[in-house]
Amino acid sequence: MMRLPPFTYLSPRTVEEAVRMLADAAPHAMAVAGGTDLYPNMKRRQFEPKVLVGLRGLRDLQGIRGDARAGLVIGAGVSLRQLIAYPAVAGGYTAVARAAGYISNPQIRNMGTVGGNLLVDTRCNYYNMPYWWRRSIHFCMKKDGDVCWVAPGGSRCWAISSTDLAPVALALDAQVRLVGVGGERLIPARSLYLDDGIAYLGKQPDEVLIEVIVPPLDGMRTTYWKLRRRGTIDFPILGVAAAVRLDADRRCTHARIVLGAVASAPLEARDAERVLIGKRLDPEAINEAAQAAFTPAKPLDNTDLTLGYRKQMVRVYVTRALKELAGLPAEDPPAYV
Amino acid sequence: MSDEFSVIGKPLPKVDGMGKCTGQTKFADDLNLPRMLHGRLLRSVHAHARIRHINTSRAERLPGVHAVLTGKDLPVKFGILPVSQDEETLAVDKVRFVGDPVAAVAAIDEETAERALEHIDVDYEPLPAIMSIKEALAREDVRIHDYGDGPNIHKMVSLEFGDVAEGFAEAAHVREDVFFFEGSNHLPMEQHSAVASYEHDGKLTVWSSTQTPHYVHRALEKVLGHPASQIRVIATPVGGGFGGKSDPFSHEIAAARLSMITGRPVKITCTREEVFYIHRGRHPVLMWVKTGLARDGRITAMHFKTFLDGGAYGSYGVASTYYTGALQTTTYKIPRYKFEGLRVFTNKPPCGPKRGHGTPQPRYALECHLDKIAADLGIDPVELRRRNMVEPFSTTVNYLRITSCGLLECVDKVVEASGFQERRGRLPRGRGLGFAVSAYLCGAGLPIYWNDMPQSEVQIKVDRGGGVTVYSMAIDIGQGSDSVLVFTVAEVLGIAPADIKLVTADTDLTPIDLGSYSSRVTFMAGNAAVEAATKIRDMVFQAAAEKLNVPAARLVARGRRVYDREDVARGLTWVDAIRAAEARVGTLAATGSYKAPKLSGPYKGSGVGPSPAYSYSASVVEVSCDPETGAVVVEKVWIAHDVGRAINPLLVEGQVEGSVYMALGEVLMEEQTFRRGVHKFPSMLEYKSPTTLETPEMHTFIVESVDPEGPFGAKEAGQGPLLPVIPAVANAVADALGVRIDEIPITPEKVLAALADRRKGGSGRVGPRDVPTIQFKDPIRVAPPPGWERVPVP
Repeated sequence: MMRLPPFTYLSPRTVEEAVRMLADAAPHAMAVAGGTDLYPNMKRRQFEPKVLVGLRGLRDLQGIRGDARAGLVIGAGVSLRQLIAYPAVAGGYTAVARAAGYISNPQIRNMGTVGGNLLVDTRCNYYNMPYWWRRSIHFCMKKDGDVCWVAPGGSRCWAISSTDLAPVALALDAQVRLVGVGGERLIPARSLYLDDGIAYLGKQPDEVLIEVIVPPLDGMRTTYWKLRRRGTIDFPILGVAAAVRLDADRRCTHARIVLGAVASAPLEARDAERVLIGKRLDPEAINEAAQAAFTPAKPLDNTDLTLGYRKQMVRVYVTRALKELAGLPAEDPPAYV
Repeated sequence: MSDEFSVIGKPLPKVDGMGKCTGQTKFADDLNLPRMLHGRLLRSVHAHARIRHINTSRAERLPGVHAVLTGKDLPVKFGILPVSQDEETLAVDKVRFVGDPVAAVAAIDEETAERALEHIDVDYEPLPAIMSIKEALAREDVRIHDYGDGPNIHKMVSLEFGDVAEGFAEAAHVREDVFFFEGSNHLPMEQHSAVASYEHDGKLTVWSSTQTPHYVHRALEKVLGHPASQIRVIATPVGGGFGGKSDPFSHEIAAARLSMITGRPVKITCTREEVFYIHRGRHPVLMWVKTGLARDGRITAMHFKTFLDGGAYGSYGVASTYYTGALQTTTYKIPRYKFEGLRVFTNKPPCGPKRGHGTPQPRYALECHLDKIAADLGIDPVELRRRNMVEPFSTTVNYLRITSCGLLECVDKVVEASGFQERRGRLPRGRGLGFAVSAYLCGAGLPIYWNDMPQSEVQIKVDRGGGVTVYSMAIDIGQGSDSVLVFTVAEVLGIAPADIKLVTADTDLTPIDLGSYSSRVTFMAGNAAVEAATKIRDMVFQAAAEKLNVPAARLVARGRRVYDREDVARGLTWVDAIRAAEARVGTLAATGSYKAPKLSGPYKGSGVGPSPAYSYSASVVEVSCDPETGAVVVEKVWIAHDVGRAINPLLVEGQVEGSVYMALGEVLMEEQTFRRGVHKFPSMLEYKSPTTLETPEMHTFIVESVDPEGPFGAKEAGQGPLLPVIPAVANAVADALGVRIDEIPITPEKVLAALADRRKGGSGRVGPRDVPTIQFKDPIRVAPPPGWERVPVP
């Protein structure tokens, strides 16, 4: 890894100022909050912004409000550590607490933010490599090149959505507030993502993510399972966010299953959700749902472990997540630090 | 704790520990000299290519650039072994792997140097790249080097001790197995770094993070054409070596030449990516083993074949090749033994010595193979090993001299503590226990280049204030060699470790030590230190004897006093005693040296394997495996290590635990693999290595066999304990799930593949099916040493 290249750092005091700075310096500007992903990417010359707009001083991006009954409003600038420590997250929104806890390691979670993770760049092991390595493969279309080495015949980039929080945000039907030069908008979290490794965000470059609005839990049980080689540091190579509501008869009245790290955007397992509605969350229904989630998942050969293995794990992890939500005897979720 | 010693055997902190914990230790990259320039190397982006032309003029014109070098500026070849002088500082007309150095730049800062690399135009003619052992042997039309024992064969070895055919004929049971061990990097925390400064008087100083300052000194003399007397090499504290800093390297030589050209100091610190290219890590090895046994489980013959993927250059490869066949006999009595090994060149970063150098791969194969044999014969795996166990003070069939051997005690300790025999095979599905043993060298018996001089020398000088300075070229790479030197000298002189100052690893100031490799420093530098310290003590005793009117033979040095053993009150303080000695003899200084006894056997190739002593280890590992995900979690490790004597039990435990951790990385995750001709992931995030979270509970047992030739009876602890852990994990997975992963690393996908194979009625094995059918040359036939003439078969 090389050292950081020279750049200009701007510290806006208001969101309006930040948005203007981003628009003025476009396309050479990027926003930075915790910087835990951005700076290493700059050292590898994956990002080469001339201007960084620092969001750390923006009060509008700070703070968490609410609880399980009222729902949550989470500032995009809240650190992952703060998020995990917030009582309603730790004590109610299991999926949020676990997904945030699974992100990297304690030091990174002290710096890294909710917004930073939701918007984190897609990853690929032909792309997240040092500059000279990428040069030796003539680069790839995501940066400096024109081929996608994952599928050289095609015309798109297959880098992987690698955020742990996004599948959870989708599973909870969260909304996000964006502010750009064109004004403010509130959109469903799912609209924040596009299934393309390069244009992976449904947001304008000048738009700043302000906060995430999470609906009330209202009896919903949630969880998140993350597959990776080590219990710390590693990005997900599969994430399973699941949320269900059961009626008095233990039948599913609501089900959301969203997969992370199997495509360039979080993948909503709609068929699996449909399978569960109206059924008791028993082993048979869980198997059926796991099969329905397994079918559309198409991991590719661009991250750790083989694609066949990762696809196989979709079934195992969906099963385990649902067993946990059903209160059935289940394996322990992966340990982490 | 024994009262016999006051320092030896005590759990004292490492002498360099606080400096490292507080950040005071100055590593090579911490050095900043006035007017210093920063250098960078341009590396090949092709796995195999001819260099048609290099144009450096654009880089030279860049403001801030002071010098640019290419291959023609440093054409003299070098290499760690005299038989493989095949490396160039910067490629002259051919590059052999992605990462091979092509040009070097010195500039006012790193950024400018980096930018200058972009302005060097290299015109390459790409050549077909060879990326595997199979390809290397099949593609005779593509030649990576123009030397070796065959097309793309760097080295071919064939040795036969006794008639193996006769041994197999006597066997009641014969089994063959095939294994593969993927290569891995050392992953030291500190990247390679060197600073060179050429002074107006023609003197060149090179500071480098190296395990072998003496060999770097020799390579600099050769390549630079500058007399060794004008070159000073200082090894800076090494932030992790594990064998990866034991060769002379391009960045060291290039920094030196750049400094000579510019007249300014030049620093080159490699990036993590470059560390993966410098490599010299574990060789990928494909192995075939066939063993014959009598009905009672005693081995009658063994035939071992190894195929090493050497990467692009020789490095230590000739030694590595021999090591894959040498030490099998140091744990088991093998009366007839045949070894065939070959190392191929491939277009990948060069492999070399990594902790255990060439022996962890065959040890993995051998210990898994023996477990399978035990199952075939219905013999308990521990019992099978006991029946074949080597005896102390014996000679192996390949003429290795065994002295102290605490293997049996090691086995007893781990088997008992883990409840291996009661619990193995009876744990719930998914949970399993595995066992394995091993042995390792305490220093290679021979130096790397032929010479008749000592392998370690130590000089000691005493100051009138009572302080003692120890001079040694040994370099602490984290293994604790500084502490060992201090503790041994403190023990002999009866003073505190704090009274001793160390001057190490400096070719101007310190007498020879060949380097921190082959687990040689405690044994060899330790013996030299004891000898020098004993000479000082004798001088002090002579003077004190006169002062005290007591026979010198009755004197004791302890607690900073020299006193009469029979009248403890009668004595001198250490300071008074050394002053009396200086008054009597003049300068109070002494030297000690160590040279291994002649150990090699009566055959060509007998130079690799002999050591003045062998350390022994045994391990039991408990795993839990998830049959749905294939994940293997190591729950507990019991490990016993025969270290001869623990000069410091804390350090021994630290080395044992570090070895276990490194072994677990290799067996479960680490692999230096390639795709499209390039390293798949030269990054610490993507190259998976375990974290503290994957590190299990470890129970370490120190076994002390007190070697007759080791300093205070000590042997080694830095490498040996890695060896049994890898096969013990593989054997534990077999116990847990009933599947055999005959290929390292044991990844979750391989475990699932093996389970799937078994469900389909297969054997539940994942691993290579065969080895290349290449004809090895006729073996050198060696008659076994006395005692091995006939094999008594029941």
